[in-house]
Formats: sequence, structure tokens, C-alpha cells
Amino acid sequence: MNRGDVIEFHLDTRSGVSPYLQVVHQVRHALRLGLLLEGDQLPTVKEVVAHLAINPNTVLKAYKELEHAGLVAARPGIGTFVTKTLSDSSLAAHGPLRQELQRWLGKARRAGLDDESIEALFRDCFRSALDEGVA
Amino acid sequence: MTAVLDTEGLTKRYGRRSALSDCTLSIPSGHVVGLVGPNGAGKTTLLHLAVGLLQPTSGTIEVLGSRPAESPAQLGRVGFVAQETPTYEALSVADHLNFGAWLNPSFDAEMAGRRIDELGLDLRQKAGHLSGGQRAQLALTLAIAKRPELLILDEPVAGLDPLARRAFLQYLMESVAEHELSVILSSHLVADLERVCDYLVVLVASHVQVVGEVEGLLASHYRLSGPRRDPSSLPSSQEVIESSHTERQSTMLVRIESPILDPAWTVEEVSLEDLVLAYMGRASDAGRVQRRSGRAFR
Repeated sequence: MNRGDVIEFHLDTRSGVSPYLQVVHQVRHALRLGLLLEGDQLPTVKEVVAHLAINPNTVLKAYKELEHAGLVAARPGIGTFVTKTLSDSSLAAHGPLRQELQRWLGKARRAGLDDESIEALFRDCFRSALDEGVA
Repeated sequence: MTAVLDTEGLTKRYGRRSALSDCTLSIPSGHVVGLVGPNGAGKTTLLHLAVGLLQPTSGTIEVLGSRPAESPAQLGRVGFVAQETPTYEALSVADHLNFGAWLNPSFDAEMAGRRIDELGLDLRQKAGHLSGGQRAQLALTLAIAKRPELLILDEPVAGLDPLARRAFLQYLMESVAEHELSVILSSHLVADLERVCDYLVVLVASHVQVVGEVEGLLASHYRLSGPRRDPSSLPSSQEVIESSHTERQSTMLVRIESPILDPAWTVEEVSLEDLVLAYMGRASDAGRVQRRSGRAFR
């Protein structure tokens, strides 16, 4: 069990995504990648606002939404703790898959694709795989 | 719950010039309120009325349920940091802390001392030799150490560099989380407000243009773009705040209470900055039209 300092939030003010949603996404992302585990404590509201200079209500709203989704639980006077993980047995497969993807990215670059083309190609493949019910 | 700021028809005139006109507001507690507007809009006038430095010409104002500055107790409940975060140049940091403790019965000297320590300020340093950022932090520390229920800040970060500005807002937000303060802060920098404020008041040319919780405001304003169209042909439930037109296309920022059903429009969400600028633009356009027609009559 880790206390508080397991995750540090950051804010992209140009993304157009509201700050509270950015906090929610970052927690979900960390849960999915296995960076946050059951029992871990999220930073306190005071810690987050002192770091990001954002309104405390923004953090409270994000934590409430995560609580509503059953991912964390608030223990009054103590803090907010992770109660569920989003990573599963598939987490073990992340490493090899990441390596393969990196190799593929290297190939794409050598073939002369720029960032935008790589992203477009990936998205297109991802979408057509979804349509075919493969992914 | 008592409103932190409650005004009705509040007006302040200097001779024939109105600094604040017919301002009616009721701001609930527990918010960080951004008071936005161009320079000369009346922001400082409103804040000075709220702390009792000015008396209204007409209308009423109540702060935390009482008349501003009506009693020592009322003075103790409201913290105020004036524009440019003034300090006493010839006095040391320690003198400021002692002065604060002497003037405010509820002064939290221990907290103030700890904060000065965290900031790395030398207690013997004269305030006149502090940097702008350090001076602002000292003024904020004093205002927070008096443990007010409402903290009023007039353009606190306007003169600070980005790093000092961030540090100032970090400490302010930390204090809000810790002491559950309500805050009213004026600024003409919308980017800062976007992070820290959850309630907005837009003031232009002495008039309040729009008031409300940021979340609610963002959920009721949209940018519509589509084939060229006369703004007056929109349904009455859509108030046009800003519109621009090319030969073929119209783009409008509208306030709506119900969903947009017209399929001709592409509907986009707006940022707080877009929203503020739209209201400011509308108000200054109206001002120009008024002035122009005024001349025509003469």
C-alpha cells in the first residue's frame, strides 16, 4: 500500500478538456496501466490544489465521479483510496505488445511516415478492426 | 446559507460618471469567484464597496449578511488584499507579522510564521527590498493568517511573472482547501481564472454582464456555425451573445436553456475565455452604439 505520492496530476490547459475530466482520465489511465493498485491512496485535495493551483471543487468533483464509478472510496478524515483496478490478467501481455508496437513504429518511421500519418493509419486500422468485430 | 456578497441596485457615482451601475448580485458561500472585466469596468469600485472603503451612492450591499465594515467583528471576518499587494516598505517581514497579530485578535501567528519560513523569507528583510512575488506572498500570508471567512483580492497577480503568479495561486488554492474560505478575486487575465474560479462575474462599463457558476455557464453556452442566417431568426430560447458572418457562413455564440435541434448548425462547446470575451465584446459594442447615437442627437 502506497501513501499519496503514487500519482502526480498534470493539467493541459490547451486541450479543451475540462480540468476535472483530466484528473478523472489520469486516474483511469494509471489504473489501466497498473500504475495505481487497490489500496493505494490518491493525493489529498489539498495536495492536488497546492500542486496544480486549481479550484478544490474541481478535484472533489473528479474524486466523486471516480467514487461513483466504483474505482475509489473516500474514508472521511483519512483520504481517498483505490478500491478496484482496471488492469487485469492482460497486464502481463502489455510488455511484449508494447515492444511489438515500438518495432512497428520504427518501421513506419523508416518508411518515411510522419507523426500525423502514423496516427491516421493507426486510427483507421483501429476503427476498421472495431467494425469487423476483431478488436 | 448566507450569501458572501449580496447587492441590490448597488450604484456608485463620481459626479456624473458611474463607476458601478445598478448592480444586483447574490453570491453563495464556498466559491472562488472571478470578477472579470476590462480596466476601468468598476471591479475595484465593487470590491472597495464590499470592504467598506467606499460608500454606495444608492442601493444596498451586504457582505456575509452584514453591512461592510459596520463593526470590528465584521472587519475580522473579511480579508482584503488591495491592488499591487501593498506592504510597508520600511518595515521588516517580522514587523508585518507583529503588526498583523496586533491588529487582528484572531491572527494565527504560528501559521503565518510557518508560511514565511516555507517561502524562505528573511524575517529581518525590509518589505521594500522584497521582489514583487515575495511581497504578494507576504500580503496573502497576512490576509490568510487573520483567518477570514471571505478573502477579497484586487488584481492580486496582475504584476507578477508567470512563476510567481503560479506560486501565489497555489498557496491561495491550498488555503481555500484547508480553511474552506470563500474568495472573490478580480482579474483581467482570464487564463488564471479558468484554473481557480468556479464562479464568474463579468463586469463591463460599470454594468454586470453575466453571473453564475462556471460549470453552469459553460453548459449553457455554445458556438453554432452553419449557413448564413440572420441572428434574429433564432428561436427565442437562444440568446445571441456574439455573431459574425461571412457571405456564406454564420458563427454565433449563444446562451441556451434547451438542446439545439436545428440540424443545420454545427454545435461546439466554448471555453471560459471565449465566453468572457464574447460578453465583453457585446458590452463594448453596445457602448459604442450608445455613444454614437448620443452624438447624433446633439
